[in-house]
Amino acid sequence: MLVWDAIAVNKRNSFLLFFFFFLFVLALGWLFSEVTGLGVIGLIIAFIIAVVSVYFSYYYSDQIVLKISRARPATHEEYTYLDNVVEGLAIAAGIPKPKIYVIDDSAPNAFATGRDPEHAVICVTTGLLKKLNRAELEGVIAHEISHIKNYDIRFMTLVSVMVGLIALLSDWMLRAFWWGGNRREKGNIFVLVIAIVAAILAPIIATLIKLAISRQREFLADANAALLTRYPEGLASALEKLAKDKEPLEAANKATAHLYIVNPLKDHKSFLNNLFSTHPPIEERIKRLRSM
Amino acid sequence: MFEIIVGVIGLILLIFVIALLVMYNSLVAKKNQVENAWYQIDVQLKKRADLVPNLVEVVKGYMAHERGVLENVTKARTAFLNASSIQEKAQAANLLTGALKTLFAVAENYPNLKASQNFLQLQEELSGIENKIAYARQFYNDAIMQYNIALQSFPTNVVAKIFGFKPERDYFEIAEEERKVPKVSFK
Repeated sequence: MLVWDAIAVNKRNSFLLFFFFFLFVLALGWLFSEVTGLGVIGLIIAFIIAVVSVYFSYYYSDQIVLKISRARPATHEEYTYLDNVVEGLAIAAGIPKPKIYVIDDSAPNAFATGRDPEHAVICVTTGLLKKLNRAELEGVIAHEISHIKNYDIRFMTLVSVMVGLIALLSDWMLRAFWWGGNRREKGNIFVLVIAIVAAILAPIIATLIKLAISRQREFLADANAALLTRYPEGLASALEKLAKDKEPLEAANKATAHLYIVNPLKDHKSFLNNLFSTHPPIEERIKRLRSM
Repeated sequence: MFEIIVGVIGLILLIFVIALLVMYNSLVAKKNQVENAWYQIDVQLKKRADLVPNLVEVVKGYMAHERGVLENVTKARTAFLNASSIQEKAQAANLLTGALKTLFAVAENYPNLKASQNFLQLQEELSGIENKIAYARQFYNDAIMQYNIALQSFPTNVVAKIFGFKPERDYFEIAEEERKVPKVSFK
């Protein structure tokens, strides 16, 4: 598959997932207003709460993440090589040069954050700088630059708003059954059963869709990285090295793990772990890069 | 009935005008992207030219016998600084690239120079800039390609014709081809 095709397919897939997600929210919203009797007003309140809760994390997530990860700014003097690589790829992608941070940890890993290209941050571990050669480092940085250029942080934020909305609606629906059961004498028992099942399953399904979208965005960033460096093998061989490295990253936790280029927690592999993973299996990513 | 027909025609016209506006704006954006991409190259070329006097200063003491190599570098830098058109700049920049390459190749013969901290720092700085120039050129190429594709494909080509958009050329590519021509005729 050509790089351009891979990018087009990925964009279509994430759009379809997003669209399906939106329909899902609409359906649940309708069910919600049918069952609770709160109607459209309840739906609007739920929407506002979901937006406000995510807004905060949207604006402050980068600073919080950098603090949690104990990252420090990388100066041009100390990390000339890294600084040159990042600036070069930012030029290739046509975005402003992101701020660069370093984590003092020998486990090789990297992540990008920030709400748009003007407020972007790229963070790498010192282990990454030590263990990768120039082509591999360029591959990893290009992957992170692609996340920034594709507005993935913003995109995933939007998805998180919808997941939050679904969680709220389901929660309120269950509460309505609990406390307001007697108001529903003339209600359709069929709708009621569907509503209860939906209220229980919806948050799980929403999370699964969100994770599927996240995995699509990872493939997209890989394809874009190949396009930026014109050398997919660089990233492929970097991923191979990162997969082989068994050392967990101490500064990462469950909350920040999804940001990194490879899972820093080194979970065991299983079907369930794949389903609930923010990243596609690394072997699959390498295979796709090598076929470009 | 009459009102409906007028309404439908009006709607079609409105859609047509909006499509025209959108296509015109996308062409302008793509043209600006090309200019911006050229500017990215220019910034890096200037940075490189600014580093050349420092490099010559550091190298001079060690490489007294290689006056020709140093003179070529200085000459190419002056040519670049005096160039006004994009084409002249691209040609002078390519000259400077070649001259610097020779300088660093010759420097291999001077172990004292290679051990100098100043020289090593300048070398990393310059190779970083060469890399950025390469990426900036890649971005410039992509920008030109996207702009030219828009000029050739329907229906934007019609809009481009109406408003007189001209295709862009990659002056770097041309400069390189020109340098290759004597080689071919030699054989």
